[in-house]
Amino acid sequence: MISDLTSVTALWGAVIFSGIYHGINPGMGWPLAVSAALMERKHKAMPRALAMLALGHFLAMIGILLPFSLMVVLIEWELEIRVAAGILVIAMGVYLLINRRHPKILARVHPARLVLWSFLAAMAHGAGLMLVPIYLGLCAVGADEAGHLAAQSLMGNTVAMAFAVAAVHTLSMTVAGGAIAVAIYMWLGLKFLSRTWFNLDFVWALSLILVGTFGIYSAYSGH
Amino acid sequence: MNLRPDPTFHASPKLAMEAPVENYAFTVMLSPDGSQSDGIAVIDLKPGSDTYGEIVHQVIVPNKGDEFHHFGWNACSSSLSPLSGHAFLERRYLIVPGIRSSRIYIIDVKEPLKAHIHKTIEPEELFSKTGYSRPHTIHCGPEGIYVSCLGGGGKDGTDGPPGIFIMDCETFEIIGQYEMDRGKQDKHYDFWWNLPQDYMVSSEWGLPPQFENGIVPEDLLSNKYGHSIHFWDLRARKNIQTMDFGEQYQMALEIRPAHDPTKSYGFCGVVVDTTNLQGAIFTWWRDDDGVWQSKKTITIDPVPADADDLPDLLKGFGAVPPLVTDIDLSLDDKYLYVACWGLGEMHQYDVTDPMNPVLAGKVELGGIVTDTKHPNGKDFAYGPQMVEISRDGKRVYWTNSLYSTWDDQFYPNDEGGQMVMADVGENGGLTLNKDFYIDFPKGLRSHQIRLEGGDCSTDSFCYPSV
Repeated sequence: MISDLTSVTALWGAVIFSGIYHGINPGMGWPLAVSAALMERKHKAMPRALAMLALGHFLAMIGILLPFSLMVVLIEWELEIRVAAGILVIAMGVYLLINRRHPKILARVHPARLVLWSFLAAMAHGAGLMLVPIYLGLCAVGADEAGHLAAQSLMGNTVAMAFAVAAVHTLSMTVAGGAIAVAIYMWLGLKFLSRTWFNLDFVWALSLILVGTFGIYSAYSGH
Repeated sequence: MNLRPDPTFHASPKLAMEAPVENYAFTVMLSPDGSQSDGIAVIDLKPGSDTYGEIVHQVIVPNKGDEFHHFGWNACSSSLSPLSGHAFLERRYLIVPGIRSSRIYIIDVKEPLKAHIHKTIEPEELFSKTGYSRPHTIHCGPEGIYVSCLGGGGKDGTDGPPGIFIMDCETFEIIGQYEMDRGKQDKHYDFWWNLPQDYMVSSEWGLPPQFENGIVPEDLLSNKYGHSIHFWDLRARKNIQTMDFGEQYQMALEIRPAHDPTKSYGFCGVVVDTTNLQGAIFTWWRDDDGVWQSKKTITIDPVPADADDLPDLLKGFGAVPPLVTDIDLSLDDKYLYVACWGLGEMHQYDVTDPMNPVLAGKVELGGIVTDTKHPNGKDFAYGPQMVEISRDGKRVYWTNSLYSTWDDQFYPNDEGGQMVMADVGENGGLTLNKDFYIDFPKGLRSHQIRLEGGDCSTDSFCYPSV
């Protein structure tokens, strides 16, 4: 019970941490919030842009997590599903490591369509996949406790969990990215925009591999 | 790929103006008759350097007959838009097209003194992948490197309309045509855009048979050169509005949008009004209903001249037309420089109010009739032509050749390639710098100038100056 509690706390910590990690990555869009506020010369354009980016990101997260939440019902296949998910996440990381080209589709999106852009950016970078092993870990802890429940209510639990994970992750992403955007817009100035911009491509791909490996490990180790 | 954005990428025009000054210029050298190879001259502009104002390196290409004209960077401040996702490119390569051969050279200038050819794209590849020929203006943008072409397919470039193609900004592979719906556009010259507002503007010179062997007087007098500009939905690749200035406004060439991306206006230079030989500048803008409008905001009058002082082409007119062949806008959107290649003048207009430009400075140099000498006493062939402004707006550089066969028609007795520089006064005004005068190697003429780290006709900004 105590170990469950520890791992649940750690997994939710991972959900929040991954959100901060995505949020500070300029590739997930915070510079667009700065741009929106400056272009429209209105402070309120920034929260609106951040909200659009958040919605796009949330949809990308839930779009990846929901299919897994339905699969969790196949409780006797739990181990296989978690291992397959881990492999998928590792594969995405390896792909991004080998293919270092930026996704061309993003350049075709109209600059005002931030929800679409944010959704596509998250999808192209496998941002949702990074959450899958953490999410499945959380579901596994929940399934232990609710082992006697019927499939239908189990699914209800996992779907609710998917929404909770996506929401908490997106919230922490928006707070992190929003903090940088506000700091640059209000105090630091545009000069810091290029100064705070680091190439995270390599680290990002490694993170996917790391998270995928963790997913497989935790599947075998019980959680 | 860098770990940080290239230090020459700037979020706003204001930040670019505050950045360190240029250390080098890259200037096109072309052989007008194809007897020598063309090249890029690397010019030392480091303040206080022993070789300041001298050619310190040359990249001479292996082929002849390319005829270099315009060129541009593989990457610029446009990379700082997260929308396009290539923030970590280096501003390292110059894309140099041969307007006559349709060959394209990619020149690595990471170390300017060791600049060398990185890759060559042969004309056949361009023809087969795009259906276009005679590549010209280069801009780097959301989908990679955009190149405008003056010719379509076939030997004389009239088989199909000319247009823009896209090249991969990392591998320099040609991807294909840009246009998905070109509307009325059937000629091409320049193009530029406003990235956050997602519009592009393109212009028209004429089809290859109208310029390659010289200007065709009958076509000019019957108003057959381009006189329209086209507005595009940049990312949808669609022509949304064609604006005809009127058929007498022959050769609507350079497009200079305001650099600050919050502004929705810009300028276009017209070489000659065939009804009165004036040169003209149009200001174009988007009105409150989203429709593009334009108004002629600058006119420059021709100057009467004795037929004996005029080339055959102009004898019948008894006047020298100004011939507005290039314009350039400073990064603060304050001064518009206008080259009057026929008169031999460089004008500086204060365009703080873009609808009411005010002449703020003027330099006389060269010219069909006046043939004004440089303050150092030396000759300046032809007239002021391709103009480039330093990022801080304090120095204005220009060269003298328009286009090989046209030089010979308007200035039949002149020859030579020169580059000069003028200093801009604190409150406007333009003064030729007596000590800056580059005479290019014999037999070579000069055209476009690019400044190390970007200049006023290169970089597109994604954030406003605040």
